[in-house]
Amino acid sequence: MSKKVSLRIWRGDKDSGEFKSYETEADDGMVVLDVVHQVQATQAPDLAVRWNCKAGKCGSCSAEINGMPRLMCMTRLSDLPEGEPITVEPMMAFPIIKDLVTDVSWNFRVKQTIKPFKPRPPDAPDGTWRMDQRDVDRVQEFRKCIECFLCQNVCHVLRDHAKHETFIGPRFFVHTAALEMHPLDTEDRVPALKDDYNLGYCNITKCCTKVCPESITITDNAIIPLKERVVDRFYDPVRRLFRVLSGS
Amino acid sequence: MAEYTTHEHDVLVIGAGGAGLRAAIEASAAGVDVAVVCKSLLGKAHTVMAEGGMAAAMANVDDRDSWKVHFADTMRGGQYLNSWRMAELHAKEAPERVRELEAWGAVFDRTKDGRILQRNFGGHRYPRLAHVGDRTGLELIRTLQDHGIHRGMKVYMEHTTVRLLKDGDRVVGAFGYDRERGRFHVWRAKAVVLATGGIGRAYKITSNSWEYTGDGQSLAYHAGAELMDMEFVQFHPTGMVWPPSVRGILVTEGVRGEGGVLRNSEGRRFMFDDIPDNYRSSTATDPEEGWRYVTGDKSARRPPELLTRDHVARCIRREVKAGRGSPHGGVFLDIAWIKEKIANAPEHIKKKLPSMYHQFKALADIDITVEPMEVGPTTHYVMGGVRVDPDTQMTTTVPGLFAAGEVAAGLHGANRLGGNSLSDLIVFGKRAGEYAAKFAKEHGAGQIHDDEVQQIARWALAPFERDAKNNPYTVQYELQDLMQDNVGIVRTEAEMTHALEGLEQLRERAAAVGVASHREYNPGWHTALDLDNLMVVSQAITMSAIERKESRGGHFRDDFPDKDPAYAKFNTVLKKGPDGEMQLRRVDVIPLRDDLAQIVEDNK
Repeated sequence: MSKKVSLRIWRGDKDSGEFKSYETEADDGMVVLDVVHQVQATQAPDLAVRWNCKAGKCGSCSAEINGMPRLMCMTRLSDLPEGEPITVEPMMAFPIIKDLVTDVSWNFRVKQTIKPFKPRPPDAPDGTWRMDQRDVDRVQEFRKCIECFLCQNVCHVLRDHAKHETFIGPRFFVHTAALEMHPLDTEDRVPALKDDYNLGYCNITKCCTKVCPESITITDNAIIPLKERVVDRFYDPVRRLFRVLSGS
Repeated sequence: MAEYTTHEHDVLVIGAGGAGLRAAIEASAAGVDVAVVCKSLLGKAHTVMAEGGMAAAMANVDDRDSWKVHFADTMRGGQYLNSWRMAELHAKEAPERVRELEAWGAVFDRTKDGRILQRNFGGHRYPRLAHVGDRTGLELIRTLQDHGIHRGMKVYMEHTTVRLLKDGDRVVGAFGYDRERGRFHVWRAKAVVLATGGIGRAYKITSNSWEYTGDGQSLAYHAGAELMDMEFVQFHPTGMVWPPSVRGILVTEGVRGEGGVLRNSEGRRFMFDDIPDNYRSSTATDPEEGWRYVTGDKSARRPPELLTRDHVARCIRREVKAGRGSPHGGVFLDIAWIKEKIANAPEHIKKKLPSMYHQFKALADIDITVEPMEVGPTTHYVMGGVRVDPDTQMTTTVPGLFAAGEVAAGLHGANRLGGNSLSDLIVFGKRAGEYAAKFAKEHGAGQIHDDEVQQIARWALAPFERDAKNNPYTVQYELQDLMQDNVGIVRTEAEMTHALEGLEQLRERAAAVGVASHREYNPGWHTALDLDNLMVVSQAITMSAIERKESRGGHFRDDFPDKDPAYAKFNTVLKKGPDGEMQLRRVDVIPLRDDLAQIVEDNK
C-alpha cells in the first residue's frame, strides 16, 4: 500500500545549509534510503548521499534520522512515528561536504597510524597456523565492523570535545582490540593506547555500543579489556614498584 | 579549455574490491609506484557483500579434495566454455592465496583441529569454501585493505574514471573526476589494471550495488579491448522478494549449504523433480541423503538444492510460473526445519548465518530460525567481460591494459560456481598486479595527448549545457526495465530484438539528458555519465545472447531450450569497429590440453 511520506532533508555545504521539505510516496517495507533515493530521482537530482550495498553490509549510508545515528538502508519507515515528517541530516562529528555526505577521511588517516598485524611464525611445516574456534570468536565479533563510523559520530570525546587529533575513537579501539586479541599477533600496541590514542578519555558511557548496527559490544568487549591491559601494564602497584627498583 | 590535475604513477589500478586491492598489493611488492582509483570509500566495494566463502582445494575438511577435482568442477559448472588455463591456474593457486590472507590477519572459521574450516557449496564436490560465517567478503576486503594501506599505495577515494587514455595502441593512463569537487584528473601510468567488477545495475532486480554499472567493460571496449562471453549473466536463485524495496538483495547459498531446503506452495521439495543428467550420479536421491551430506557424511551425495545456480534459478522460475510460488512471487527457502534434526537449531543458525538472520529480521520481520524465507532469482554476476591472456591477465588487444576479477572473462565460462568469485579475485588480482608491474618496469611512460583529454572533458561536461528536464535517473530506470523484461533469465529472439531497438532509442535519450546545479558531489551528473557504460554492456549482452541460439549455463533461450553441441565450439567476442559500431565474431574454443582432458574424464 502506497502512502505519503514527508521528509525534512538537510541540504547545504560546509558554509551553510538548511532543512528542505519533500513529499513522496512510500510502499510497504521501505527504508529511509528508498525514499531519499525517490526524492533524488524525481525532485532533487543533485541531492548528495553516500550508499553502496543497501543491505547493511558496507556502512556507507550513515546519517542522523530523527536525531538518531543510523544506517539509512536499515531504518524502516514503519519503525518511525507515522504521520510525522522524517528528519534526515548528516553525521555531526565530521565536516560536511554536501547535503548528507560528510568528510570521513580522518578515520582512514587514523587507521594508518595503528601498527598492523604481525603474526608469530607458522605452527606447521606447511606454513599454516592452528587456532581454536573459541579463541577466534571474540576477534570475529570485532571484525564484523562495517566501518560506518556511527560509533565515532556519537562518541562525546569526538562529537562534543573534538579531540580528533589525540583520540582515535571507538571504531579504532575495536580495530586495535581485534589486533591485540588476535591469537597470532605479536605486536604491542598497549603503550600507544595509553599515550597516543588516549584510551583514558573514554568514560564508558556506552553510546557507541548502542548505535552499532552490527551489535558489537564495543565498550564491554573491546574498550574495557583494553583499559585493563593499560592498567595492568602501567598502573599495577607491584609492577610499578618493580619498575622503580629496576630503573626501567 | 577544461582544467585538470595530472598524477604520475607506474601502475594504476581502477577499482578497490578484492581484485583491485590484491593487484595493488602485488604491484607494490614488486617495487613500483601504485595508485588505486575507486568510486567509493575504501573498503566499501561490492566484494563486501560476498557472503558464502572462497573456494580453494585445501582439503582441510575432506582429504579427497585436490586442485584437479576443483578444476573439473569449475569446467563442468562452466559447461566447458571456460578458459581451461585460467581454471587450472585458479584451482592450483587458490589454496596459497587463502593461506596468505591468514598470514595478513584474516580470521576464518576453524575446524576442530584448528585449521581453516571449509563449507559445502553448489557445484563443488567436496566442502571447499573457506569462510567467516556469512560475511566472507567483508573479511576479504578488510584484510586486503588493512594490509594494503601499509604498503605505500596511493588511494584516490571517491574518484570515477571516465575514459582510458592511449598513445597509439598502448594504454597510458586514465581520465576521471573526483566526486567531492567534480574536478578533472588525469592519471598517467605505464600500466593500468581494470578491477571494476560487474554490470548488475543494467537490470532492475539485482543483488549488486550502485557501482556496478559496467565501467570497466565499457572503458576497455572504448579503448579497443575485446569483450567475451557477455551473454552469460548469472541470475542468483535466491534473492529476497519481499518487501518490494529489498527485492533482489542476496540470500547466500550458504543457507542451502547449511541444510536449507527449497519448497513450493504445496510444500514439495521441487528440486528433486528435475536433476540434470550430468549431475545425476552426484546428487542425493532423497531428503535423508541430502541431510547426511550437509552434515558431513562422506558417503552421501549433495542435495539438489546445491545444483548449479543457473539450474536452481530456472527451477524456481518454473514453480512460480506454474502457480506454485509463494505469496510474493518467489518460493520458500527453509532453514528453520533443521530443528527437527539438531537440538540447538536457532543458535546454530544464528552462528552460521548471522547476516541472514539480521537481514531478514530487520528488513522483512522474518525470524529465519522459525519461519521460511521467500526467495526468487536476482541478477548477480557476469561471467563474461574483458578478454585477457590467461597467465598475465593482459587484454588481448591493448598493451599495458590488464583486467582481473569480475570485469575479466574466461574463468567461469557459461556459469560460475558459488565461491569461485572470491578466489578468482585473489588469484588473478595477484597475477594482474604482478604482470602490470613487470610491464611498467619494461616500458617507459607514454604520451598523454591534451586534445584527447579536452575532447573527453567536453563530453563529460555536456550534460550541464542541456535541459535538466531530461532526467538521467528516468533513462537509467527505463534501461533497467528494458533489460529485466527482455534479456533476463529466460530469453527469446523477439524480445531481444525488441531490446536492441529500445536500446537504440534510449541511446538518443541518454545523449540528451541534462543536469542542473554545479559539479560538486552531484549524483545526477554521475548518473548521466554512467549511462554510457550501461548502454555499452546492455548492448553487448543482448547482441551476444542473440548470437547464441541454444541454452547453456546462465544463458537460457525459450526458443532454443536445449544445448547444441555446435555452440560448444566457440565463444562470442565483441569489439568496437572503426565506425564506432559494435562488431561480433565467434572465436573457436581452444581444445583442452591432454592432461586436463584426462582430469575432466576422471572426474565425470
